[in-house]
Amino acid sequence: MTAAGWIRTALVVAFVAAVELMCRTGIIPHSVLVPPSEMASELLSILVAGTMTGDIVSTFGNALLATVIAVGLGFALGLAIHALPALRSAIEPLLASYYAVPTFIYYPVFIVLFGVGDRAIIAIAVLLAVVAMITATLNGIDRIPPVLTKTARIYRMSRLKTALMVQLPAAAPHLFTGVKLSVAYAFIGVIASEFILSGSGLGYEIAYAYNNFENRKMYALMLLVLLSVALINAVLDIVDDRLQARRRR
Amino acid sequence: MRQHLAVLLVIAVLVAAWQALYSAAGDIAVASPLATLDRMAQMLQTASFWENARETGYALLCAAVLAIVGGVALGVALGVRRLATAVAEPILITLYSIPKVTLYPLVLLIFGLGISAKVAFGVMHGLIPIAIFAMNAIRQMKPVYLRSSRVLRLTALQTATSIVLPAILPELLSGVRIGFSLTLLGVLIGEMFASRHGLGFLITNAMGLGDMATIMAIALFLTAFALAANGLFASLSRLVHR
Repeated sequence: MTAAGWIRTALVVAFVAAVELMCRTGIIPHSVLVPPSEMASELLSILVAGTMTGDIVSTFGNALLATVIAVGLGFALGLAIHALPALRSAIEPLLASYYAVPTFIYYPVFIVLFGVGDRAIIAIAVLLAVVAMITATLNGIDRIPPVLTKTARIYRMSRLKTALMVQLPAAAPHLFTGVKLSVAYAFIGVIASEFILSGSGLGYEIAYAYNNFENRKMYALMLLVLLSVALINAVLDIVDDRLQARRRR
Repeated sequence: MRQHLAVLLVIAVLVAAWQALYSAAGDIAVASPLATLDRMAQMLQTASFWENARETGYALLCAAVLAIVGGVALGVALGVRRLATAVAEPILITLYSIPKVTLYPLVLLIFGLGISAKVAFGVMHGLIPIAIFAMNAIRQMKPVYLRSSRVLRLTALQTATSIVLPAILPELLSGVRIGFSLTLLGVLIGEMFASRHGLGFLITNAMGLGDMATIMAIALFLTAFALAANGLFASLSRLVHR
């Protein structure tokens, strides 16, 4: 690990220890925050007892499915939009300001449209995530160095072969940025919709525990979400670093 | 000119799709574009709407000021030290990508119901992207700038205000543009979950009543506001870039 990595780990450990100490000494009342050690032990017992396994599977399954759909759809739409310059120039300002609109306020409409359940949640998450992938795809195709496609033409490669062996690898780093954003947005979409419109999943269980003053359970589940998102991010970052390094070579 | 025409065309297509959706799904699911505009015109004349809008606007203003000042201060303080940047950046990016709705019970338990929780929720959403943009901008700044500040023996504060901030202004404006949209989102989510005032509350209230026209009207109003603010920041940063 690098020096920065060690300092970072030390900082996080010190922060957790400080919160633990403040909770134990009563500076932070128990009704506001549960000591981190208690969150961890509660989380462990929840995982061992398996009471939440269904919710965990449903949240992660929905997020995964939403990511897959958003990445596939976003890539396809990105290709289509790139192929039609007239459409692109009309639609680009819309794409650029998409994330400025708090889409959350349209959730009530989505609920009525898609009903309550997994389908609605996935639809909302896809709507949130897909635009990041479209933008990344457009960006990726734009940044393919012209010399690569020229080389492919010199080798008389077929259209398909050029796409698969030259253009796709060249655009991969940018496409992966889109995948990373899609994962983050899919998670936000799934958990946020579970908060307001679902009867299952981690978001729902956190809201339910909050309403019933079950702080231990609530913080244990919040810890689970934080840890899993941090872990997924770390893994995606490693892949991202590899791709970026290849581009610089 | 052709660009504007194309955008108008896209908007027309969107409205047509909305109308088609209304014809297919009916009154319960969505309000028609006309009914929504009608309700909006009605609502804009009532005092209670503007009272709630003022409430949201005030919370947004507080949250945006805190997020911008805090984000810039944090970003610059960490950004001018290379080691601090390396240590803090992964932490900030992880914080940025966690679904912050998850943390809303924590915010409520700390701040209670009311305006401070909304503001805190807005700041939570907006501060981190601004800090990340500021840090990245400083990393791409020419190293000679910081060296000359050392030669001139400027204090840390002087370096920040007369060298770093002007140098990173364009990137900072992009960060503020994103941060502002997210602050708006945070404030609205805060209102939807935990408030008795504001436009977010009006939406949840209308949702309970199944009043689709009101939901669509408020959502459209907020969308227009968000797009206008976004456009304003975008043209500001174009001005600075030139």
